[in-house]
Parts: sequence; structure tokens; C-alpha cells
Amino acid sequence: MTTPSNAVAGAPDSQRTAPAALSQTRLLYWSIRRELWENRSIYIAPLAVAAVGLLGFLIGLMGVSHSRHAQAASDEAHQQIMAAMPYAHAAWVLILTGFIVGVFYSLDALYGERRDRSILFWKSLPVSDLTTVVAKASIPLVVLPVLVFGVTVILQLLMLVLNTGVLLLSGKSVATMWNQLPLFQMELVLLYGLTVMALWHAPLYGWLLLVSGWARRATFLWAVFPLLAIGIFERIAFHTSYFTSLLSDRLYGFAMDAFSLRTPDGTPIDPHFIPLAQITPGKFLGTPGLWVGLVVAAACIAAAVRLRRYREPI
Amino acid sequence: MTVIEARNLRKAFGPTVAVDGVDLRVEEGRILGLIGPNGAGKTTVLNAILGLTQYQGELRVLGRDPWAERDQLMLDVAFVADVAVLPRWMRVSQALDYVSGVHPRFDRAKAEGFLAKTTIKRTSKVRELSKGMVAQLHLALLMAIDAKLLVLDEPTLGLDILYRKQFYDSLLNDYFDRSRTIVVTTHQVEEIQDVLTDLMFINRGRIVLRCSMEDFESRYLELMVLPEQLAAARALKPIHERQVLGRSLLLFDRVGRQELAALGDVRTPSIADLFVAVMGNPNGAAQGAAQ
Repeated sequence: MTTPSNAVAGAPDSQRTAPAALSQTRLLYWSIRRELWENRSIYIAPLAVAAVGLLGFLIGLMGVSHSRHAQAASDEAHQQIMAAMPYAHAAWVLILTGFIVGVFYSLDALYGERRDRSILFWKSLPVSDLTTVVAKASIPLVVLPVLVFGVTVILQLLMLVLNTGVLLLSGKSVATMWNQLPLFQMELVLLYGLTVMALWHAPLYGWLLLVSGWARRATFLWAVFPLLAIGIFERIAFHTSYFTSLLSDRLYGFAMDAFSLRTPDGTPIDPHFIPLAQITPGKFLGTPGLWVGLVVAAACIAAAVRLRRYREPI
Repeated sequence: MTVIEARNLRKAFGPTVAVDGVDLRVEEGRILGLIGPNGAGKTTVLNAILGLTQYQGELRVLGRDPWAERDQLMLDVAFVADVAVLPRWMRVSQALDYVSGVHPRFDRAKAEGFLAKTTIKRTSKVRELSKGMVAQLHLALLMAIDAKLLVLDEPTLGLDILYRKQFYDSLLNDYFDRSRTIVVTTHQVEEIQDVLTDLMFINRGRIVLRCSMEDFESRYLELMVLPEQLAAARALKPIHERQVLGRSLLLFDRVGRQELAALGDVRTPSIADLFVAVMGNPNGAAQGAAQ
């Protein structure tokens, strides 16, 4: 409580003046908190996946030792990749989980509150449609990437502890494994990768929010069907597939611009471990696709704000 | 101070005109009952006042344009649109946390006080509460907001009679004071007859009758006429006539009590009686509106 209401109740007969509206940050904070209350899958899904991943890793350690593979590998770079592989897999699974949760969250974000009529309760409070929609958009764009990063780092550290423990128990040296595993570098690349993905996927989430604010039923169909229809139409009418390649580029095209996937001498980089030296933020920021995408995302979110104002409960 | 001021308020959904030129003026400290049949436009008028729907014409609520400034307006206005709108996944404690988080004029201690009088547990989810308990929770949240205008659209719909009675009792005893204003719509008109200070009938998007409750009591009289006096009573132009247990009940507008007392038993009609008279009779509607 920032402003005790007693302060104004002291003068009941005079014109009571409303305390100045709360700061936008505070309203945004509570709006995001309420999203997390309602959609617990936002954090439960990554945690559950991490738990399963950790269990799998433990079972893997009991059986075939990754470190033995790594030692058996020929050159140093290959050994590094062998050591990093389970850690990279863990990160990829969590990134994918975050993406799937983000997609389904966005599809329901502005639809669910109209379906259960709770929008009438939310609108009875002094929170603007802009703040509400921005809070909802920030779930896939900010909250999920941060969560995925945090859970991944913790998972990888636990994996490292387990790995070390197993090696120590079996009387092997942990120094080799620790030397080979570029964990700190991997975390930096992960943070960069998550940021790049969020920016690149922003129009995707924007579109899903727009559909969820507009559709009266079957949000998933409304989100997917028009895109499929355009792709099929183009294929039949012009025998081309520009639209389809545009969509697939929007899904994973960021990798080509955000990372240099070949070393200077032309050998391809193993995707299990991308060294920090291979990130190309300059190139990514110079991609027109990034900026066009961000403009589309902003337009979709602006339209969603407007829709929330106009749309009534279903 | 004028709390709500509407001039020629209109709203059409395609070819259907929901609100057709409503003029409205509600002063501070009044409790206005907006009564009308289903589809009369009550909810549309309330939605316009609350900034939930766009409209044509002029409308100011506490000096603001509701459609343009809904979020600011909600600092001073509280509403229950329907008892079933509290999010079902929410815990009671979360509702308290959230409202105190976003509303600067919400007094959490007060809400806790109201809840302490009920059997609602802090850890319960809304979906686990009975309909009456949800209404109690919503009312507790509302009454802890130091609002200038409270809007209630069918606040007791679907509640049993105990909860309905309790709802209006706590509203009047624990919440209402002369500096607040309440607008309420309901089908259970008899429940709010003693609560209201002003009355407004709305039908097909138009206001067909408006009067203060003092006027209502002095203007309208119901006569249970003695059979032999029926012709004389009819000559005084009742606005409505009905039969109850073989006797005629005549409703009069602005006819002297003394004059009627000679013809039978006179009493103040209920809002429901007047509602039936005005809605069921186009001429009566015209008379009622022409005050």
C-alpha cells in the first residue's frame, strides 16, 4: 500500500481527490505477476523438463560415461564438443519448451479473459489496456527467455556437479572434464541466443496476441489457417513458395545472421558448441528482416491493445 | 456535484438501436435504480458510463470521458458487472494482493474486515466458492475501494434470498454515505425499493419515466376500489388497472389521496406495480415521461 486511504477519508465532506495514479512500473509488475499466477505452466513446464533432463543425464552417467567418449575422441576440439553435447542438448530442449509455452500462452492471453468474462473484472480496475497487453506480450518476449536462461544455467550446473561426483566416485580425474567443458562461454552464447530469438520471434508472438484478442473461438485455427491458406494459394496460383520460405525464415532464419556458422577457414561449426567468437551481433542488427519484424510486432501489439478496448466478453 | 451527465446518448449495434437518445443527470449522494425489461438498453447505458463501450452523444462521468479515460476513471469508479466475473483460478489472497497492488484507493484492512465476517478462506480459489460467496468476495473488494461512484449491474442475479438481502444491507450500512453515488440495475425491484433515492424506467433504449422516490411516493397511488365506486374511479383516469382476487386495483398519477380515499383503500404502489403499469401501457409511458 503506497497511499493510505485514511489520509483522504479525513475530509469526507470536501471534494475527495484521487491520489495520483500508481506508477506504470508498479502496474506492469502486478499485471505480470497476475499472468504468472494464472498461467503456471510458464514456470512449471521448464522446471519439469529440467527435472526430467537431469534424471536422464544421471541415468546416462551410470551407463555410458560421456567423459570416456570424450577421452577417446581424437583432437581437442572434438573432445570439447563431446563434453559439451549433453549440456547443449539440455539447453536446446529448454529453449524449445520455452517457445512452445510462449506460443500457447500468447494464443490464450487475450482470448481466455473474454471467454471466462473475467475481462469485466480486470477492466473495473485502473489498469489501462496498454499496460495489460504490454504485460502479456512481455511474457514470451522477456519473462520466458529470462526463465529459460535461469533454469538452463541451474540445470547445467547441477549436471556439472553430478558429472563431477560420478567421476570422483569412479576415481577418475575431474580436471580433464572441467578443462574441456566451456560452460561459462556456453552460458554467454545461450544468453545471446535467447535475446536474438526473442527479437526475431517478436512478430510471431505479436500475431498470436492479435489473433487471441480478435477471434471469438478456435484461436489456434485462426492463427495458423490464414498462413497455410496464403502459402497454398501462392503455390497453386504462381507455382512459387516465397511465403512459405518467409515463414520458415521467421522461425529459424535468425541463426544465419546471429552466428557465423563457419570458421574463417570455411569448416562448419558443430552446433553443439558455438564458441563466443562466432557470434555476429553486428550482422544480426544489420538484417532488415529483424527491423521489419519488430515493426510488424509493434503493429500487431498496437492492434491488440485497440481490440482489447473494443472487444466484449464472448 | 454532478457525477454522471449524459446528453442524447446513443448506441446502435448494426441496425439495432440499443440506446436511443438518453438524457441522464445523476447528482452526488443519490442511489439511482435503472429499471427495464431485458434488452431495454440498461446494460449498454452502464457500459457506456464505465468506458466499456463506445457511444454517440455527450457523456461525462466525474468530469471524464469514460471511453477515452477508462483506466483513470476507474480510480474513482467501482463496478460489479456480473457476479460471475471474478477469475475462477484466482485465490482469495491473490485477489487481495492484486487489487491492493494496482488500486491506490483500496484499503486492504477494510476488505479483510469484511471477509472476516464470512466463511471465505484466504487460501480458497474462486472456483471453489459458492456463487453467494463469490458475490460476498466481490462486494468485499468493492467496498474497500474508496470510490465516488459505484455501478451495480444485476449484482444479485442468481443468488439466494439470504445473500441478496445481506448484499443490500451491507451496501447501505457499511458503504453508502452521502458523498458516494450508486447506480444499480436489477430485476428484483422490490428488494431495492427502500434503498433507492431515484428511479428511472428504460424501455427500447429510451427513458420512459424518471422521478425521485419522494416524488414517487407523492405522485403515485394505488386504489383498491370498492365495486360500487368503480365507474367513479375510472373517471379519474387511472394509468393502469388490474384485477386481484376479484377486486380492481387502479393506479393513479397525481390524483389527490383524499379524493381516492372516498372510493376505497389507498396505498403507495410498489415499483413493480408502477413498472408493469408503465411498460404495459404506451399511454401511461407517455404520461410518466411528461413530468
